[in-house]
Amino acid sequence: MDLSFLATQALSGLASASSLFVIASGLSIVFGVTRIVNFAHGSLYMLGAYAAVTIVPRLLDVSYSPWMFFLGVLASAVAVGLVGVTIEVVLLRRIYRAPELFQLLATFGVVLIVQDVVLKVWGPVDIPGPRAPGLRHGVEILGERFPAYEVFLIVVGPMVLALLWLLMHRTRFGVLVRAATQDREMVGALGVNQALLFTATLFLGAFLAGLGGALQIPRVPASAQMDTAVITEAFVVTVIGGMGSVPGAFLASLIIGQLQAFGILVFPKVTLVLVFLLMAAVLVVKPYGLLGRPAAAGHAVAPEGILSLAHFGRTESLLAALAVAALLAVPLIGDAYTTKVAIEVMVFALAAFSLQFLMGVGGLVSFGHAAYFGIGAYAAGLLATGPLKLPMEAAIPLAPVFAGAGAALFGFFVVRLSGIYLAMLTLAFAQIVHAVCFQWVEVTGGDNGVVGVWPPAWAGNREAYFYVVALPTLAAILFLRRAIYAPFGYTLRAARDSATRADAIGIDVRSHRWLGFTLAGAAAGLAGGLYAFSKGSIDPTMVSIPMSVDFLVMVLVGGIRTVAGPLVGAASFHALKDFFMPLTDFWRLFLGASIIAMVLLFPRGVVGAAEGLRGRMRRRRGPAVARPA
Amino acid sequence: MSGGDIVLEAEGLRAAYGQAQILFGVDLALRRGEVVALMGRNGAGKTTTLKAIMGLVPATGGRVIFEGRDVTRWEPFRIARLGLGYVPEERRIFTDLTVFENLGVGRRSPAGGRAPWTPERLFSIFPNLAEMKNRRASAMSGGEQQMLTIARTLMGNPRAVLLDEPSEGLAPVIVEQMADAVLRMKREGIAVLLSEQNLNFASAVSDRVYVIEKGSVRYEGKTEALEAEREVREAYLTV
Amino acid sequence: MSLLVVDRLNKRFGGVWAARAVSFSLEAGELLAVIGPNGAGKSTTFGMVGGQVEPDSGAVVLAGEAITGLPSREIWRKGVGRTFQVAQTFVSMTVAENVQMALVSRRGGTRNLVADTRALHREEALALLDGVGMRADADRPVSELAYGDVKRVELAVALAAAPKLLLMDEPTAGMASKERAGLMELTARVARARRIGVLFTEHDMDAVFAHADRILVLVRGEIIAAGTPEEIRRDARVKRAYLGETGTKAALRARREAVAP
Repeated sequence: MDLSFLATQALSGLASASSLFVIASGLSIVFGVTRIVNFAHGSLYMLGAYAAVTIVPRLLDVSYSPWMFFLGVLASAVAVGLVGVTIEVVLLRRIYRAPELFQLLATFGVVLIVQDVVLKVWGPVDIPGPRAPGLRHGVEILGERFPAYEVFLIVVGPMVLALLWLLMHRTRFGVLVRAATQDREMVGALGVNQALLFTATLFLGAFLAGLGGALQIPRVPASAQMDTAVITEAFVVTVIGGMGSVPGAFLASLIIGQLQAFGILVFPKVTLVLVFLLMAAVLVVKPYGLLGRPAAAGHAVAPEGILSLAHFGRTESLLAALAVAALLAVPLIGDAYTTKVAIEVMVFALAAFSLQFLMGVGGLVSFGHAAYFGIGAYAAGLLATGPLKLPMEAAIPLAPVFAGAGAALFGFFVVRLSGIYLAMLTLAFAQIVHAVCFQWVEVTGGDNGVVGVWPPAWAGNREAYFYVVALPTLAAILFLRRAIYAPFGYTLRAARDSATRADAIGIDVRSHRWLGFTLAGAAAGLAGGLYAFSKGSIDPTMVSIPMSVDFLVMVLVGGIRTVAGPLVGAASFHALKDFFMPLTDFWRLFLGASIIAMVLLFPRGVVGAAEGLRGRMRRRRGPAVARPA
Repeated sequence: MSGGDIVLEAEGLRAAYGQAQILFGVDLALRRGEVVALMGRNGAGKTTTLKAIMGLVPATGGRVIFEGRDVTRWEPFRIARLGLGYVPEERRIFTDLTVFENLGVGRRSPAGGRAPWTPERLFSIFPNLAEMKNRRASAMSGGEQQMLTIARTLMGNPRAVLLDEPSEGLAPVIVEQMADAVLRMKREGIAVLLSEQNLNFASAVSDRVYVIEKGSVRYEGKTEALEAEREVREAYLTV
Repeated sequence: MSLLVVDRLNKRFGGVWAARAVSFSLEAGELLAVIGPNGAGKSTTFGMVGGQVEPDSGAVVLAGEAITGLPSREIWRKGVGRTFQVAQTFVSMTVAENVQMALVSRRGGTRNLVADTRALHREEALALLDGVGMRADADRPVSELAYGDVKRVELAVALAAAPKLLLMDEPTAGMASKERAGLMELTARVARARRIGVLFTEHDMDAVFAHADRILVLVRGEIIAAGTPEEIRRDARVKRAYLGETGTKAALRARREAVAP
């Protein structure tokens, strides 16, 4: 490794830092003012790239000059800015006071919609962009050739930083943005219309995302996978830098750019892991990021979760017993397809129920629960197919052990945080697991995964395997349910309701949350192990963000305020998905729109809404009950 | 309420933080160009009254009338735009911003043809601020920050100002400047409703006094009258 | 031996003294009120006794044992119950479950994964609720109660650990007038019957003067007066502290005449 090589490596680190900063600064500014973590920021970036590969070539046809190229890039960014305005007016404006979980999910709904729209409009094939006129050559740096466009990108970052600084310090809009980042309520009390300010902020944020995407087209083709890749990196940058801090985002981009540029030399397989480890370390030492600070005067949101613990009466117990009996009879009376769906429903019901244990009971919003499901699946699959060649009877019981260990490790850090930072950290840990599964090809098979994860002969047919799944899932669900009604579940709920009061009656909140996190992770891992043997294979989609979101949607469909709701949610969501997905090319659009509709219309879920209805009817019949103020 | 042109009025105003009820029906009125002190021990409900008037704490009952319009449950920015300024107790200046920028956040053009407040005019009242107009607000002393919050609110050219605990925690010399500022506002025709625990400050600046205790008004009268009413003072203001 | 001895506690935040050489003692069965204007250091003093704030120097001794600087959940185990200015209860639970939760914690059973919580220590919880007049509401969700009743439940929760000392931060804040007297009478009755010392802050002077055995007056982090309600009522310094600085009075008046037309 000579000096010139190191220099070009550092320069390419700077170039990616620049690109990352342009995107992350937009995310950070939007968060600072609106307090919403915009999952769709990556989608806006992708739209920027698609807009640019559409607009720029046409402009270059008119006149082949650098000016036309940059005019096209700017036009793309403005177009994306207008998309951001639409998102704010149609969606975000309605959820500023919603709990963080709903905000994240709603913006993820936008991600899904945009993915399908992009596929419909631009097709599934990657679209390469034109190279920038005047910047197509290479420049010589210490004897190594370095693309001129990369040099240009290195300049763009500081330039955007400078322009943002001017905007933030020399315009009234910028001053208002900075003031609102510190204290929104006071800005309102001084007569500033927050709705307008928020809309303008979304324009700026989306513009920056679009600009980031448009500037990428000479380097990478526009593709439908750009969004999720960039959003996690942008999340990491804003979290490390401090959410809401533009200089923080710049600093974090520089660090991450260099970490990736040199990390790849030392640990070629695990650059992503390095990045996430850095994030975890920063969050533990500085919980609000390098240059961030605790949000002032944020709005308080009531705990979202189980608010009254219903107990089964005679009717409910009878119904539950009937449901279990009907479920157990499925292989006897149903066809192979029904049995397959029933197996998957049971697996997902356990996973969703374990997530409900964490969120609905413990108040810990995990945005990366697929990590533990995935660890379980990979542990079971690799133990069975790897050098150990363990039988299924040993591999599946070990799945929750591995997942529980992973949850204990990550949970140790997670329970130190709260609110949006906690959700981001769970997401980051899930992405670490995903990165390992994806990048460690020798062991995990990378993108292709591992096949041949089959049950032994005695459990080989679907009917037999059904019972292999049914017994542990039912047992685990009953166990977790029991724990919810037991002192441990009460203690988690107590800590969620009032950590102050819990502390004042001698409860060590953190250690109970840690234990709860571990337990939920282990249960999800069991589900993952069972899932691996039912599919016969493992692959990284089992640990992906969409998987985590599926679990969240199951919980929300069923109702986060109910104990049994997530089971109903898992069953109905999975059955619907299995039925509709092959029928439509727009499953994600449909799912995204449904998530948004659900967040806006039925935040309490299907079972929650039914209970609300029942409660209202009961109240109408019975004596009036005093309502809490 | 007799005589005078009422600019701000609260009728049976109730407010709560969650289950804890703080205001149990507050009635008060502020006339144009008048300085009124809302007095009471801490915890009596003074700050909550001002916040509920401004829409920062949702009113659970009663009405707020400002400039003849029912502004109950309006968003704070609309109330501010109608000409009601608010100076919070905890100051809440934007510490990342310079003095000049803080003033900029508050800027609104006046309704009607009055001469608008400008930074220059404000600096003539608060000479300290002029010297440090490009300094970050985080580097200011508590007294200077208090002056800045008032100046920032005046930049919105309000017709009435709610001033929460203006003298609290300030050195005597700053308290005098604060009294100056309140009287200056009065001379400019701005009505001021201030919450206060310090009887001396209240008697130095106010025309009338309301005494509030446990979330409702227990006494109302001229400031001089309160000074003479030993029993009221003893009952509600001291121990 | 006094139940609680607080010896020369000091605490500075930045350059400001929040508590300066604060010393006092409290006997079993005694009600001691801490009063003072805003920012006098009441919460800081309270926090140092309760374990939320670590003192810079000084000592807190409970029944002969130093508890200075211990975390609040340890202090609870030593026999200190707490109520808060804004009542802190478990809003997703019933009245009885709130008390049962405290009893479960006291017996160290919070990691139990199988027992039915509703059945644990129920009789004991009902007895505690009986003591605060809330037994009839035991199975109502605490979120449905009037605020005065929530405060009673909180008191029952604080009593569940059979505390030697109760720390009550503005016990009557947020309550309607008629509920206030009832809560304070209840507290005084329970404290005297069980020989529990009560340290409380309060803005409602009716509550303070009717029920406190002794009163401490804090101003700017220092105790300026301590004594029986009668002594405090007669104390000129206390009166001044509440009505504001006299030193500025003349200056303000002069200025008013000079500036006002």
